[in-house]
Amino acid sequence: MSENTPLIRLDHIGKEFYGNRVLSDISFDINAGEIIGLVGENGAGKSTLLNILFGMPVISSTGGHEGSIYIDGKYVNFTSPNQALAYGIGMVHQEFSLIPGFTATENILLNREVLNGSSMSYVFSDRVSTLNREAMNERASAAIHTLGVNINPDMAVSEMPVGYKQFIEIAREIDRKNTRLLFLDEPTAVLAESEAEILIAALKKLARSGIAIVFISHRLSEVKELCHRILVLRDGRLITDRNAEELTMRQIASFMVGRESERREVPQEAVQQEEAPDETQTLDGTSAPSVKKKKKKIRPALKVEHLWVDMPGETVRDVSFEVMKGEIFGIGGLAGHGKLGIPNGIMGLYPSGGKVRLFGKTLTLNKPRAALGRKMAFVSEDRRGVGLLLDEPLDWNITFTAMQTQGRFLLGIPYIFQIRNEYAMRKEAQKYIDRLSIKCTGPQQHAGELSGGNQQKVCLAKAFVLRPDILLICEPTRGIDIGAKTLVLDTIREYNKEHGTTIIITSSELEELRSVCNRVAIVDSGRIAGILPASSPAEDFGMLMTGQAANNNEDEEEVKESA
Amino acid sequence: MIRKLFDIIANNAVPAVFILISAFAIPLSGYSASYLIQELLTRIGRNSFLILSLLIPIMAGMGLNFGMVLGAMAGQIGLLFICDWGIVGIPGMVLACLIGTPIAVVLGIFCGHVLNRAKGREMVTSYILGFFINGVYQMVVLYLMGWIIPITNPALLLSRGYGVRNAVSLLSIRGILDNLIPTVITGTQGAGQFLNVQGGNAFILLQMPFLDGTIRIPLATLIVIGLFCVFIVWFRRTKLGQDMRAIGQSQAVADSAGIPVNRTRIIAIVISTVLACYGQIIYLQNMGTLNTYNSHDQAGMFSIAALLIGGASVSRASIANVFAGVILFHLMFIVAPVAGKNLIGDAQIGEYFRVFVSYGVIAIALVLHAWRRNREREAARRSLRGNRGGE
Amino acid sequence: MIKRFIDRAGWPRIIIALFLLGLFIAAPFVGVRVDTSLSNTLVRFGMNGVMVLAMIPMVEAGCGLNFGLPLGIIAGLLGATLSLEWNDEILAYLIEMGLRYKISWLTDTFVMNWREPLGFASAIIIAIPIAAILGWFYGKLLNRVKGDEMMIATYVGFSSVSFMCIAWLLLPYKHPTMVWGYAGKGLRTTISVEGYWLHVLSDALAIDINTENIHLYIPTGMLIFFAVMAFLVWVFMRTKTGTAMTAVGSNPDFARASGVNVDKMRTIAVVMSTVLGAIGIIVYEQSFGFIQLYMGPFYMALPAVASILLGGASVNKAGILNVIVGTFLFQGILTMTPSVINSYLQTDMSEVIRLIVSNGMILYALTRKVRAGR
Repeated sequence: MSENTPLIRLDHIGKEFYGNRVLSDISFDINAGEIIGLVGENGAGKSTLLNILFGMPVISSTGGHEGSIYIDGKYVNFTSPNQALAYGIGMVHQEFSLIPGFTATENILLNREVLNGSSMSYVFSDRVSTLNREAMNERASAAIHTLGVNINPDMAVSEMPVGYKQFIEIAREIDRKNTRLLFLDEPTAVLAESEAEILIAALKKLARSGIAIVFISHRLSEVKELCHRILVLRDGRLITDRNAEELTMRQIASFMVGRESERREVPQEAVQQEEAPDETQTLDGTSAPSVKKKKKKIRPALKVEHLWVDMPGETVRDVSFEVMKGEIFGIGGLAGHGKLGIPNGIMGLYPSGGKVRLFGKTLTLNKPRAALGRKMAFVSEDRRGVGLLLDEPLDWNITFTAMQTQGRFLLGIPYIFQIRNEYAMRKEAQKYIDRLSIKCTGPQQHAGELSGGNQQKVCLAKAFVLRPDILLICEPTRGIDIGAKTLVLDTIREYNKEHGTTIIITSSELEELRSVCNRVAIVDSGRIAGILPASSPAEDFGMLMTGQAANNNEDEEEVKESA
Repeated sequence: MIRKLFDIIANNAVPAVFILISAFAIPLSGYSASYLIQELLTRIGRNSFLILSLLIPIMAGMGLNFGMVLGAMAGQIGLLFICDWGIVGIPGMVLACLIGTPIAVVLGIFCGHVLNRAKGREMVTSYILGFFINGVYQMVVLYLMGWIIPITNPALLLSRGYGVRNAVSLLSIRGILDNLIPTVITGTQGAGQFLNVQGGNAFILLQMPFLDGTIRIPLATLIVIGLFCVFIVWFRRTKLGQDMRAIGQSQAVADSAGIPVNRTRIIAIVISTVLACYGQIIYLQNMGTLNTYNSHDQAGMFSIAALLIGGASVSRASIANVFAGVILFHLMFIVAPVAGKNLIGDAQIGEYFRVFVSYGVIAIALVLHAWRRNREREAARRSLRGNRGGE
Repeated sequence: MIKRFIDRAGWPRIIIALFLLGLFIAAPFVGVRVDTSLSNTLVRFGMNGVMVLAMIPMVEAGCGLNFGLPLGIIAGLLGATLSLEWNDEILAYLIEMGLRYKISWLTDTFVMNWREPLGFASAIIIAIPIAAILGWFYGKLLNRVKGDEMMIATYVGFSSVSFMCIAWLLLPYKHPTMVWGYAGKGLRTTISVEGYWLHVLSDALAIDINTENIHLYIPTGMLIFFAVMAFLVWVFMRTKTGTAMTAVGSNPDFARASGVNVDKMRTIAVVMSTVLGAIGIIVYEQSFGFIQLYMGPFYMALPAVASILLGGASVNKAGILNVIVGTFLFQGILTMTPSVINSYLQTDMSEVIRLIVSNGMILYALTRKVRAGR
């Protein structure tokens, strides 16, 4: 690039986790004062790349990484984040790392406080010196000022609007004397538009002072406006590294999600799916409007209107959609935008509002029991947290929900005295162990001892036992290996074919959704950005995910402010 | 607005109730003002130090340190040794502190490690730890002292030749700190009498004509307590204090900022334990007798109850809470039995009442704390949608 | 094989079991009779068993160790004292019932012959609704303070005991064997149940061998009563509700997602715990011979908690076997240490050993690594 030595040079970086390749052959340079946009889907390898650059223990404890990193031309190999900090690499995480009861100053200078010298500190350590509040305030103000915002350094973080918190985080990194390279992970996700503009201006100003910035975001318009160069990661590979002016947003989006030509076997499979159930002709949509036209003829199995859900980290603001009977409906989108909130909200696991109709009848929200009682079943994305009883045997896991909501696997007189029928439980569990080929020692093994893929099968079995009319599945393949992935997806597909069950799958992996589903809805910032047939070109989905939806799907957009 | 109001009420409900109870009970008891003031001053001197020792773990987010009885036990062991060696007066007290300190440090480090293994349930763990160490303490004092540990003074030992008696007289250091600088306040007519009593000893005499009796002030003890308060104020302003506040609010954030969380938590507990050790020595020099197997038990419970009555909560406590707590709690302590007797004709009721209040207050404070924390968690979740939805 | 056994049983348990075994082996050498020791252990096992059983529902429902057991004990004490206070009235009422409704077997002679068991039954019948009501409020309270149950339970126990101290003084009990003689009011600190239902369970079907070589006493009735209670709890944990309760304790989020009302299950568990505690103390008293009021129930939770932990339970998993093993080990140590160690060392170390073992066990359970995740 330039004749000067770059600030940082990555040379053929790669990483495998237990034989699972997540990064391969990544090479690029960053020069001082440069702003780089790093773009990629969830699971593209962004976080692994960051972990490597920061010397996170996750990397060294799993056998280190391939390739080498040079800073100022010198080879470095970080084994702890502190070493990275010493080299002037700063990082602002997506989740706030602030102490709510502390003031802006205290947070900016956390563990880097200015101390008064004291004789005591020679006897003990620096920790018994008192803080120099004035000097601290000065430094904090200076850092805040660099960003071009006006925040009172004595204001407690808990009283600040979200946008301010983001600035405090950045100010904290700037305050480090030697910060030269700053990573920002989705910094604008929590900001209002005006705040994002201020932030972008502040970052440009910072870059002019010589600090290099890596800006990780999915908001392509911001990336394009701010960055000098854009890197796109997909499936652990560096797909493109070009100057921002050379790329259009549509190009970036298609790089992110993969070009149409690269889709392997997927189209055929999807078509097969669409043709299979005859009575549900609506599914054969080739474009959004055609789906809409046929919607009126066949009554939807599930109709969601203006749904909002308070799920931490996956807030749903206002979502409306319809799912036809027998359809496999996908919900995609980037992490943190609310796609997981939708099924969790419908099932009553998180506070929610709006209207959900099941076969025309309104569903009581906020009551898991009501949802289960209407023959809906749910496979949670949080397998170990919500999906399983890790300390109980498999037969419990598989039959418990059916026992509690449908009164099966019990002996005795209902409402008076019912004891669990362990024989029937074991038999049912064995049936699913055989059918889904769950690897275990038997129905008595504890769920916590199984591998991820087998645990996922147990979760599916739990849902199948309920003989649901509508099945909601979240992240069916998260954290399981490739072999198990195919098995799990095949199982879902077969179940749909055999029983005509309506299935809603939520997943971060677009390819997976496109291979299984009839239609896929993309969620962005708690709202549906658009619903497309699975056969639509990948970059259309990419555009929806990256907030470029407005002109693509006016007819699907029913966005209104909910109270 | 309503939430603020709720907070204000919740924060001050406990002290307010106690002021009310006292307002009713004082006239019922029929005690004179000078008697009450004298008693209160004595008890402030006796108890404040112990209660102050609770502040630092609260700051570090470890809740009420029920493990402070560990420090109290260390102090008692120090006192047993000076009694055995017959060292009297201030040197005796200082020596007791010197012996108690290393024991308290070791116990504190142990306690800190245990609590680091039981994050999130520090209180119940430190509470049980108190019982556990009590068992060890009893084994040491009841079986090892006079057998393996050289204690020879027959006045201390049980008649069987080893093990310490249940009640040990601390006459040798009784009131030694309280009376180091003899000070009295007196009404005018009382002055002459007092001069006679004191004989040739030097004392400071303040005359307050409205008083109807004589009040002795444990000035030296109060000065020590004052110094301790200064220490706490200073400590809060140090880097270590700042780190503890950070840990108290969010261990995860403090950890990612490079603050050594576990180590700092252990330091907090060690400081608290050592201070509790000194506090117990001050307490016992005022009492004049050591109940070898009971004194420390009560120290923990009464200190915690007093602090909470002063308006502190599990996560927030100040020096003002300490003194408000000592005054309100002990006012009730003095007044309740007599008030109970005058009201119902049974002193026992007042006795039980104050025990009930001590436990009840701790229970209520714990419930309020847990309740509020769960509410806040919910509110935080709700605010997430509100903030992000309003664009 | 051995390693797996040790892993499953846990070191502290094995050490204590070996210690107890050692005590039994050492007993004859210091002149302590094994048979009487065993009898004593069995008696104490029966006395305490039901109170330890009271831990199961709350632990299984994820409410932690029931340090609030004194609340149940208070209900039991109320039942016991009221059954004494109203003993004559209750018996008279039963006879009247027999006459009025022409129940042929419910005659004077029957009632008088069975007055002790009837008195005992009346104590339990009075205690249960009181315990249920107290437990319901207690359960509602614990639902609001999830995460801090154990500490709050401790202080709920303490404050209710000290509150009852006032109540024992003020409640209008009249029965001359129970109130202070000089004042004519206020209950005594200990009240003998002799002449009412002393040993009504212990002596039922008791095996009492008293020959020259062997002194063995087995309180069969009390053990059967414990077995029946244990069986009832066992069956309950297998019902639909009991299964839901276990799931709540194992993973409340899973249970909620499966349509279980988590708070309701927890309340039921707390009510059950409290009721079992009330029954437990009455069983204890009939064997002990006295009702201990005032500060008596204060520390009663700790031995029960320690027992179940000693039996292999954890803070969120407990079963009947844990109760049986734990109670036997704990009570065995309490019986054996005074007799064996005292004859050997000539001192009474039992109190100290009780403190260290019971609290050490609880500490061990509290500091054990909890399951990762969530």
